[in-house]
Amino acid sequence: MAATHAVRGIGHSVERKEDARFIRGRGRYFDDITLPGMLHMEILRSPYAHARLVSIDTSAAEALPGVVAVVTGELMAQHNLAWMPTLSGDTQAVLVTDKVRYQGQEVACVVAESAYVAKDALELIEVEYEPLDAVTSPQQSSSEDAPLIRDEKEGQTSNHVYHWEAGDKDATDAAFAEADHVVTLDTFYPRSHPSPLECCGCIADVDPATGKATIHLTSQAPHVHRTLFAIVAGLPEQQIRIISPDLGGGFGNKVPIYPGYVVATAASLLIGRPVKWVEDRTGNLISTGFARDYHMRGELAVKDGKMTGLRASLLSDQGAFYADAQPTKFRAGLFHIVTGSYDIPAAHVVADGWYTNKAPGGVAYRCSFRVTEASYLIERLVDNAAHELGVDATRFRLDNFIQPEQFPYHSATGFVYDSGNYPEAMRIALEKLGYDDLRREQEEARKDGRLLGIGIASFTEVVGAGHGKDYDIAGLRMFDSAELRVHPTGKAILKLGVKSQGQGHETTFAQIIAQELGIPAEDIEVQEGDTDNTPYGLGTYASRSTPVAGAAAAMIARRLRDKAKEIAAHLLEASADDIEFEAGNFFVKGSPEPSKSIQDVAFAAYTNLPDGLEAGLEGVTYYDPPNMTFPFGTYAVVVEIDRGTGQWRPVKVVAVDDCGVRINPMIVAGQIMGGLTEGYATAAMQQIAFDEDGNCIGSNFTDYLIPTAWETPEFDLGELTTPSPHHPLGAKGVGESATVGSPAAYVNAVIDALWHAGVKNIDMPLTPDKVWEAMNAAGMPE
Amino acid sequence: MTQLESPSATAGLHRLEVTVNGAAREASVEARLLLVHFLRQELGLTGTHVGCDTTSCGACAVLVDGVPVKSCTMLAVQAQGAEITTVEGLAQGGQLHPIQQAFHEEHGLQCGFCTPGMMLTSVAFLKENPRPTDEEIRFALSGQICRCTGYQNIVKAVQSAAATLEEA
Repeated sequence: MAATHAVRGIGHSVERKEDARFIRGRGRYFDDITLPGMLHMEILRSPYAHARLVSIDTSAAEALPGVVAVVTGELMAQHNLAWMPTLSGDTQAVLVTDKVRYQGQEVACVVAESAYVAKDALELIEVEYEPLDAVTSPQQSSSEDAPLIRDEKEGQTSNHVYHWEAGDKDATDAAFAEADHVVTLDTFYPRSHPSPLECCGCIADVDPATGKATIHLTSQAPHVHRTLFAIVAGLPEQQIRIISPDLGGGFGNKVPIYPGYVVATAASLLIGRPVKWVEDRTGNLISTGFARDYHMRGELAVKDGKMTGLRASLLSDQGAFYADAQPTKFRAGLFHIVTGSYDIPAAHVVADGWYTNKAPGGVAYRCSFRVTEASYLIERLVDNAAHELGVDATRFRLDNFIQPEQFPYHSATGFVYDSGNYPEAMRIALEKLGYDDLRREQEEARKDGRLLGIGIASFTEVVGAGHGKDYDIAGLRMFDSAELRVHPTGKAILKLGVKSQGQGHETTFAQIIAQELGIPAEDIEVQEGDTDNTPYGLGTYASRSTPVAGAAAAMIARRLRDKAKEIAAHLLEASADDIEFEAGNFFVKGSPEPSKSIQDVAFAAYTNLPDGLEAGLEGVTYYDPPNMTFPFGTYAVVVEIDRGTGQWRPVKVVAVDDCGVRINPMIVAGQIMGGLTEGYATAAMQQIAFDEDGNCIGSNFTDYLIPTAWETPEFDLGELTTPSPHHPLGAKGVGESATVGSPAAYVNAVIDALWHAGVKNIDMPLTPDKVWEAMNAAGMPE
Repeated sequence: MTQLESPSATAGLHRLEVTVNGAAREASVEARLLLVHFLRQELGLTGTHVGCDTTSCGACAVLVDGVPVKSCTMLAVQAQGAEITTVEGLAQGGQLHPIQQAFHEEHGLQCGFCTPGMMLTSVAFLKENPRPTDEEIRFALSGQICRCTGYQNIVKAVQSAAATLEEA
């Protein structure tokens, strides 16, 4: 390890390279970029959730000095751009032409010399609407007399979007028929929003001379966006350059293509000047990719203390356009991971999606495609089952875990789990928590009238899509790429198809190359985000950067190492078969001296090559993973609840994660703590709610609540390392584990504190008023 | 910079004189121009960010006469005569401020968007309270939102900077 330490390879908490610019205020987010002649665009949004567009008068807005153009749906329709395809094969309005389908929908855009003038002009646009009844839930959407939301779609006679099933219905029915206990949980995973601190936006710059469209875009998937732009706008793909600069967070919010991007690009093309669109926070919260919004029923069959069957049925609130960002073959994402960490022989999932008058999106908010909803359902269900059976929740889990010797494990819904050691993760967590003592303390506290609860969640995630044969985005196979260029002086540039939003790729990926080639991490520059300058990749979401692009980086480094061996053999006058490599040095097997360093070999690759070998030490590879990876862990939360107010707070949070081999442990811990915070936020306060008219309640940060340092608990982290057997580095991906796994732990803790009084469920977010009402309804004494 | 000035409002321009990061700056601005837009667009100091528009997130926090102010909710003309410090003014003579060094060493940032406001608010707080408890730090930063870190390393960074500043 000393040698890898010298080059800052895998396993070292290397301080981040990217910090240098961020701490100096020299990050380059898209809004920091100003181009010559740049115009500014603002969007007029609908105040109604469902309304026919009767007329729109833009004349006063156009007459305002400084206004260059007002773009309406009618104008977009003239260019065949009023509608665009979604990532789930549906269509979505770019600007309204017929009727508004959700509050905040894009109605018109003003392009002006300044953003202030553009905002002034928005107020001068006169729009006449004919309001229609709004549909605000899938239950309402599925009723026979519900208004038809997608009346423009040929053959669409109801609001039904899709029906999807996974698993084996007959086997599951049989398991339930033989069960001695069935536990049922109905729960709603509310709509929330990723809300990265930087909103979405772009600068579209279509050069009138060359026709080249350079688009600075808040994009987690710049290459996919380039291809979609080519298809949507009919532009030649080589003439489109997407540059995703520094991103102020993403969390899934920056995966879809939004109307603002399309209009800004069309405006730049028509006007011949760059157009910048900066979304404001309200626009971000009410119109861009939401998450969750799943109404779920889970049923668990238990026989002799063993889980024998699982049923899950879902109603998904899709909003007005089916725009989930997910692999196309899976209509409910990867929800069928719902059997979680348990050896459940039979399972069946039924999902139905419904249109409503809400914003579209269905993005996986810090989650690998609906895995969060699945993890929540099984972990809540298992906890309730333990309570109902009168067994300890940790004992019930231990008795039903998939055991370490069962891997690779074939789940009842068709996944092949790569590796795991669930009992050990649980053991570490309980030890850190002091579980047995805490249970005694809980008993004592209850006698004093204090409400203490202990919540456990032992999650298993599925991340790192593909392989490409089964997993694709809009048809594009989910591989990823790495291009490595080792320069003559032994320094290197690594170019990737993924895109960091704060995850620290510039550091982590340099460490991978350092490990594999022995070039110090500080000598390796990592580049991402510019489609003219990086190899094609599917982007960063669903915890796929390390599992897929990380593997690609390792594989291209190994390929260059093989070539380097040939060059080293030439320099050492030996046969390549006899050359060994260790920590950046090549030498003849059995005699470490003389040796040639990677820097010597890199120089020779351009100056002193053996006959017949191509010059250079560069290469590119595209990695299609053979399987997904399955990170797991146990989270344990202790809460105290105030009977008088319903206020609850976590007093202890323990998180034991196993994400396989950790490349940079400091960054991994940072990812976990961030996820634990968003899990807490989801459990405690975050919700995008709507009233019966479809008005979005949660349109700014005073209504959509996000925890600050004051509310956020402290975290006590533990770790375990069970390498992925199929990943070249044994790594699994970690960015979303805690968002996926932790909400159930917080909620289980609150329910654990109240179960004795008869409270069996409270739907998230567990705001104090809901907890207080639940305690009152249960007749708990004040 | 004409792009900031509404052509319809040029008649109502106001003279603004401020000191920003130690340098005297003058401009003619609309009364409605927000301080954050003056800093970002007029002066090109893009380290100050806009995250929410409603004074909730603190990404736009700068120091006005030493006091943290959310610059998305202050008019530029209200800063007349003031001394303003932005993130670009933290490092002195090529030397990072201890708060910058600490955020780096303690991994107190991920995407970096909240970082300038977090650091500036922390600097002002540490002047008031040079030896804070963790709880006091958390309260002092409760007007700042971070979506990435979970705050724990930010608290560590502020403690670390406090220790460095005390030694100095």
